[in-house]
Amino acid sequence: MNNDTIVMSYVVPADDFTRAGEASSNVKGKLKKMGVPPEIVRKVAIAMYEGEINMVIHATGGTIDVTVSPEEILMVLKDQGPGIENIDLAMQAGYSTAPDNIRSLGFGAGMGLPNMKRYTDEMEIESKLGVGTTVTMKVKMV
Amino acid sequence: MTIEDIREILGAEYVVGEEWKDREVHTACGSDMMSDVLAFMKDQSVLLTGLCNLQVIRTCEMMDIICIVFVRGKLPDEGMIEMAKEKEIAILTSGHRMFSACGMLYEKGLRGGPDYK
Repeated sequence: MNNDTIVMSYVVPADDFTRAGEASSNVKGKLKKMGVPPEIVRKVAIAMYEGEINMVIHATGGTIDVTVSPEEILMVLKDQGPGIENIDLAMQAGYSTAPDNIRSLGFGAGMGLPNMKRYTDEMEIESKLGVGTTVTMKVKMV
Repeated sequence: MTIEDIREILGAEYVVGEEWKDREVHTACGSDMMSDVLAFMKDQSVLLTGLCNLQVIRTCEMMDIICIVFVRGKLPDEGMIEMAKEKEIAILTSGHRMFSACGMLYEKGLRGGPDYK
């Protein structure tokens, strides 16, 4: 790892469940190559992957910016989806508004946001109904 | 236990990764819900699942899971096979149902992770 700050930006396509996870996979590969410790790479990959899946399930895709600095990895996931009506409720393990067809694909168990919180050191959700949601997550390097 | 031990205990077949058969597996997880799998972080694990789509491989990639056992005779498609090869994830297919497959591996000493907190 050198001391530079690296920024990686991705566009998550809408309604393409098969391709969901490509951005997270790309970030995981790059972090590994940069020599980031495996435990930290895994935390970032899982948190970002859950977020990416959410963007496909609940919104019409979105953008993800990942900033890697010597101190931390910052992920900003932004969508123009319907927004989250009740963030406290959405954070409860097991609470989900995902449609049934998503559950048959293995998601929508109401664990996405709790998992994102679990694997990151800081997480903040800003959401406005009808406008969209921005999730900011940080994983510390040490 | 190794990937090959799992194959033998379950009478399963390799779909991908016979060349990685000697890799050690330390823990197991059985679920059809990928977010439940993502809530469980352990090294060198095997996933038993009846869900068969590309996101199963993606989930395992994110978790560094080294082997997938598809239960109830499920078979992955070409896209899944390609991705598993690229990410070095072994795939086995077994005719057993989930409960039986998990029980057979547990009986031979394989364990799940700690309780979810």
